[in-house]
Amino acid sequence: MPKRTDIHRVLVIGSGPIVIGQACEFDYSGTQACKALRAEGLEVVLINSNPATIMTDPEFADRTYVEPLTPETVAAVIEKERPDSLLPTVGGQTALNLAVALAENGTLDKFGVRLIGAQIDAIKVAEDRLKFREAMREIGMEVPRSGYVRTLAEAYQVTEEIGFPVIVRPSFTLGGVGGGIAYNIEEFREVVGRGLDLSPVHEVLLEESVIGWKEFELEVMRDGADNFVVICSIENVDPMGVHTGDSITVAPALTLTDKEYQRMRDAARRIIRRVGVETGGSNIQFAVNPADGRMIVIEMNPRVSRSSALASKATGFPIAKIAAKLALGYRLDEIPNDITKLTPASFEPTIDYVVVKVPRWAFEKFPQADRTLTTQMKSVGEVMAIGRTFKEAFLKAFRSLELGKSGRLFTQEGTRTAAADDDGVRGAEEREPGEATWEADEDRAALQRALSVPTDRRMWAIFRALAQGWTVEELHALTKIDRWFLTQFSQLVGLARSAAVVGLRGMSSDALRALKRAGFGDIELAGILGVSEAAVRESRTSAGLQAVYKRIDTCAAEFESFTPYLYGTYEEECEAAPTSRPKVIILGSGPNRIGQGIEFDYCCVHAAFALREDGYETIMVNCNPETVSTDYDTVDRLYFEPLTFEDVSAIVERERSAGGDVACVVQYGGQTPLKLAIPLQDAGVKILGTSPDSIDLAEDRRRFADLLWGLGIPQAPSGTATSADEAHEVASGIGFPVVVRPSYVLGGRAMAIVYDTAALDRYMATAVTASPDHPVLIDKFLEDAFELDVDAIADATGAVVIGGIMEHIEEAGIHSGDSSCVIPPYMVPERHLHTIREYTRRIAKSLKVVGLMNVQFAIKDDVVYVLEVNPRASRTVPYLSKATGVPLAKVAARVMIGKTLADQGLTDDLDVAGVFVKTPVFPFMRFPGVDTILGPEMKSTGEVMGGALAFGPAFAKAQLAAGHRLPSEGYAFISVNNDDKPNVVPIARDLRQLGFGIVATRGTAAFLRAHGIHADIVFKINEGRPHVADEILNGKIQLVVNTPLGRESFFDDRTVRRTATLHDVACITTLTGAAAAVNAIKALKAEALTVRALQDYHQVARTRS
Amino acid sequence: MIAYLALENGQWFRGEAAGAAGETSGEVVFNTSMTGYQEVLTDPSYAGQIVTMTCPEIGNYGVTEDDEESRGPQVAGFIMRESSPVASNWRAEGSLADYLTRHHIVAISDIDTRALTRVLRSAGVMRGVIATGPNEPAGLVEKARAARRMEGSDLVLDVTCPAPFDWKGGTVDEEFQVRPERRSKRRLKIAAYDFGMKWNILRRFDAYGCDVRVFPATAPASELLATNPDGVFLSNGPGDPAALSYAIGNARELVKSDVPVFGICLGHQILALAMGGQTYKLKFGHRGANHPVKELQSGQVEITSQNHGFAVDPDTVPSDVAVTHVNLYDGTIEGLRHATKPVFCVQYHPEASPGPHDADYLFKQFMDEIEKRT
Ligand SMILES: Nc1ncnc2c1ncn2[C@@H]1O[C@H](COP(=O)(O)OP(=O)(O)O)[C@@H](O)[C@H]1O
Ligand SMILES: Nc1ncnc2c1ncn2[C@@H]1O[C@H](COP(=O)(O)OP(=O)(O)O)[C@@H](O)[C@H]1O
Ligand SMILES: [Mg+2]
Ligand SMILES: [Mg+2]
Repeated sequence: MPKRTDIHRVLVIGSGPIVIGQACEFDYSGTQACKALRAEGLEVVLINSNPATIMTDPEFADRTYVEPLTPETVAAVIEKERPDSLLPTVGGQTALNLAVALAENGTLDKFGVRLIGAQIDAIKVAEDRLKFREAMREIGMEVPRSGYVRTLAEAYQVTEEIGFPVIVRPSFTLGGVGGGIAYNIEEFREVVGRGLDLSPVHEVLLEESVIGWKEFELEVMRDGADNFVVICSIENVDPMGVHTGDSITVAPALTLTDKEYQRMRDAARRIIRRVGVETGGSNIQFAVNPADGRMIVIEMNPRVSRSSALASKATGFPIAKIAAKLALGYRLDEIPNDITKLTPASFEPTIDYVVVKVPRWAFEKFPQADRTLTTQMKSVGEVMAIGRTFKEAFLKAFRSLELGKSGRLFTQEGTRTAAADDDGVRGAEEREPGEATWEADEDRAALQRALSVPTDRRMWAIFRALAQGWTVEELHALTKIDRWFLTQFSQLVGLARSAAVVGLRGMSSDALRALKRAGFGDIELAGILGVSEAAVRESRTSAGLQAVYKRIDTCAAEFESFTPYLYGTYEEECEAAPTSRPKVIILGSGPNRIGQGIEFDYCCVHAAFALREDGYETIMVNCNPETVSTDYDTVDRLYFEPLTFEDVSAIVERERSAGGDVACVVQYGGQTPLKLAIPLQDAGVKILGTSPDSIDLAEDRRRFADLLWGLGIPQAPSGTATSADEAHEVASGIGFPVVVRPSYVLGGRAMAIVYDTAALDRYMATAVTASPDHPVLIDKFLEDAFELDVDAIADATGAVVIGGIMEHIEEAGIHSGDSSCVIPPYMVPERHLHTIREYTRRIAKSLKVVGLMNVQFAIKDDVVYVLEVNPRASRTVPYLSKATGVPLAKVAARVMIGKTLADQGLTDDLDVAGVFVKTPVFPFMRFPGVDTILGPEMKSTGEVMGGALAFGPAFAKAQLAAGHRLPSEGYAFISVNNDDKPNVVPIARDLRQLGFGIVATRGTAAFLRAHGIHADIVFKINEGRPHVADEILNGKIQLVVNTPLGRESFFDDRTVRRTATLHDVACITTLTGAAAAVNAIKALKAEALTVRALQDYHQVARTRS
Repeated sequence: MIAYLALENGQWFRGEAAGAAGETSGEVVFNTSMTGYQEVLTDPSYAGQIVTMTCPEIGNYGVTEDDEESRGPQVAGFIMRESSPVASNWRAEGSLADYLTRHHIVAISDIDTRALTRVLRSAGVMRGVIATGPNEPAGLVEKARAARRMEGSDLVLDVTCPAPFDWKGGTVDEEFQVRPERRSKRRLKIAAYDFGMKWNILRRFDAYGCDVRVFPATAPASELLATNPDGVFLSNGPGDPAALSYAIGNARELVKSDVPVFGICLGHQILALAMGGQTYKLKFGHRGANHPVKELQSGQVEITSQNHGFAVDPDTVPSDVAVTHVNLYDGTIEGLRHATKPVFCVQYHPEASPGPHDADYLFKQFMDEIEKRT
């Protein structure tokens, strides 16, 4: 069956903002799909609200719409672009849901758009758990017993037959939000209650629990001729009960006999046939009873997924790309295997290494969140590591997590503290009382709890237990983790123990070799042996031990590999085969985390694209399986390796060995590579662009303050403290309120605004460990200041081009990553903008910036202050590139290799044709009990962009894209703190004019009435009922404007905000935000939102300049 | 204990002893299947060969009698990257290490099996020696060079059954077998040549409703036909088919007779030779569970289980024989069918074990062939 001839113009739907459960794996798959479709000569129309994606780069589609992912907007795009086909399978759940909506509301028929990849019926059978269960019964597959209920009463009946524990799944909540496991009747009442409450249709599915069974996934593909292949089998180390996204997983499956595996394969084939996925990839999850092998089906995802991205990276088989081709009618055997070239894609990859994926969580950002891992995903990112054995891959994965000391599995720091960065930031658990020390055998009960209740820190508890002599059997009883894995862990602990006994001095090179082959990193060994990392490297190199690199080739070396996709290991033969061409090594940004996400991967990918075009050999080093940067198509050579000094310098040496100049880009991957800049430079590695010293100067608050002073640029009075006493002096010196934070952090980690000495003491005592090498930074807090972000590029000649000045909607004090921002600025007077440009140039020149630079400004009382300077790629670069149409990261990369801005035709500051608003999205929904209030510590996981020709509609779109439907009528609840009362008056007045009724708490109501604005009074939570929250639940309130009462913020208004967020009632917590919202509501009422392609915006911008 | 692997090309590897102590020689080959090491170990087609598993973690799920493909391991030696210290599976009856030791299989682990595989892939399979304990590699290389060659050697006589016997069900765990689309209308009588037959072939026949009488490789065709079977089967087996003149002769007679004939692997090669074709040795063979094979009539692709070092030369296939299946990796012949006689055969392993069940339909095809004429 050759390619279909009836497909010409395809609409591809992306997955929108990065949220927990839907991250950049969909940019990877979407980008691959777009590339594949265009390679087939098709026109691609793309819609995705996320500007930080590669797929939304104008050159990846013929028409690119960064617009809200709602049925209305997608319909508008369809009407405008008239695609003949829609590919719904590369944009996650979001795209599937939209496809279903558009099919059901008749849009697809109306405009003659056909679905390719998956048909509606197939999608429904797979997504509707009831339909799926019936389908499985039909083909004789076992599924957990289950039943839908709409009331607690019904729920009790169902559990009668199912028994405890029971799995609760609310219907139609985003990513299964509100689901969980109930072990007893109390939890049952709570979880089911919450579920019914959260489900828009007030329905939950109760399911028989198979907690503790082994969990497996198969990534399968099927073509139009019913050819079927399994691309990869994945085994979850954490058994059923912990979401696969939160589980440590390994490929291939390691504990199944061939008989069991083939039974699973047969089942997968029957399932994909029955569900009716005609072409493409699917993910099927199974549970296997370790006692008797009984196998049941958990679910099927009829699309590419997080796991298929993992499978693609794990095997070298590009699932999304092939899926796109299959959708066009090709058969698997008509598509060549990229890596072997000579063999077809109709085969099953076989691998001769082990792949381990480990999630990364962000609980340190949400102290009130429950760290227990359940059926609902909580992690924000993941790392993947490849080794020749499980042990090696496992240890490489753990060092890829970048958890610093708290990541160490074999030493006290690691196994005792909670996850946290290595910046003197303290992990939550560390402060918890009642935890004994490592030596004095820790309270057994505590350890038992840490083992039996899965949390993000369980693996450290396991290693602690093993170190204390617990047996594999004991651990198995508590964790249900397969004995094979536990045995591997105990072998590792054994190796570490005997190493510690011998010590580095007495260690034979054979023993050291054994440790390196088991995956121990130099640092890890240094910790175990109580010596320096340098000392370990010293003895390692003198023992002639050095990493070699093997290729990922889909075929276990049966055929030659033409693609340098490599991983490091300690074996005999090296297949790296470096060339003598001039090379640039780009260091990636590692696992996604809050504060360092897809934006940085976007920049790394752009550096690669630009330098490749300029004839350099581009080499990527990264360990994040979700990303475009780890697609072997992106660069000339890909090293899938941890981003540590040891691993990176080994790669540099290997690449150098062939001669040819080797240089490194460290400014694009966020903090991860920045931390390596100076060590690498000291090791003689050439760093491109801005010098590590300048970077350090900007990060080192003391040096930086001097610099600004010298340049005569105002900065909030500040100081640094290495002890609590010092902190007191500094604070009283500059006066409260102050902003406090550890040095060298991203995303405002552990940053706080402190209003008095008591709070300061609390902070110093609990939040950080201040020390000379980890000073605490204290700045005067600029209250009610405007904040602005600037991204600029400077070249070696000192020329500076300002990419854009972005005005934050929320005032300073709310992390730049968490506040909406708009370009061009809409409320800042030109004279300040002038000053900002002027300061930016001055700073760029004095820091000798070559490449990208990000500056944050605050304007208070008509004075422009500099908050911070980051001489590196920033979070806003992709957004700005989309707005201006100029690929800033590419331009800067070329600057870094010596081109001037003028060479690239850039002489003036950039301009935008239109108004572009960026709005963050938050994971609050997933963390019951967490306050939704914003502050200087970043909490958002992703962002969306809204574009229009005026501010109102642009902001409205951004809100819509972020999932907040601004109301056009109804009641607004207003409750603001005293400072804000005067300024809320105009907002209330506007709302009244727009026809809104106003309800307010007593104080605010009185104030409004005093200013002639009618407002009804409503009870606070603690004043009686029905109170605000009740009214929100009863749908009486459509908009919430609530600025918290600063320091003594009452629990009361926190509940209001939560209730609003959970029932997606727009909830605005700042006055500037409220003003913008009012503005947007006006726009919404004035005219319907229209859609516009980036290409059109950019066209205008070009003709203008 | 330390162990060495030495190759006839002079290369040698130092690793850990992972099975019985001692020394063994054979043709070093590699298998890319990620599951089914026990089925591989006990497949008689591996007689005389030292098998390298490219999958690095071996032994994880232990061993169980249910997964035997013959009476115990048949390989000359075994090579792993990492040998599991434990057996973790509800089906396990013991650990792989003990199993290898108990059956006197010399094995080595902890060597760069990928490097070894790349040598075999580029230089072709070659003879090698595994020796445990302290040793002089150079000497072992000499021993490798002195080892018996595959070409021209008859290994079938070492593995075939001594006398005819009737297959009695054997251990079949229903839940792990593909459910046959249909069983034969009446119990069918199959006479089978045992050139080193995998038990799962017999289990499949049984599942489809056939009674199988198994004959030694040397039994004259007349002896099989005398039992007037509904069909005759030629099994898989080790070594060079061209060296089996007696088997080829018998096959010729079977083809002449109008009895339906089905052959697998070595059986396929013997039938090809009997029908006038020729075979040749592949550089490094096909051994694994992921080889795509295309059935030419329907165009369907099957993922197949494979284990062979020789193949049928396409240029020698006589005009009255049609090629029914080809390997999509290298275009080699995977299936043949006689134009006029009820004779067909495949190079790969429809009985799987280890490997995918995609080709199980061939047993049904044989059954149809038989029932068409009775
Ligand atoms: N019946 C069950 N018993 C125990 N755990 C379950 C059950 N069903 C699902 N789980 C756990 O919950 C996780 C999520 O369930 P799943 O059906 O995959 O939903 P999702 O669509 O969120 O992936 C699974 O990975 C598994 O670990
Ligand atoms: N002196 C200050 N006054 C008011 N707000 C501040 C001050 N310093 C920082 N902030 C707020 O804290 C946020 C994070 O601070 P920043 O220095 O940008 O840390 P990061 O390096 O994590 O971006 C800023 O976006 C700003 O809103
Ligand atoms: Mg799932
Ligand atoms: Mg900042």
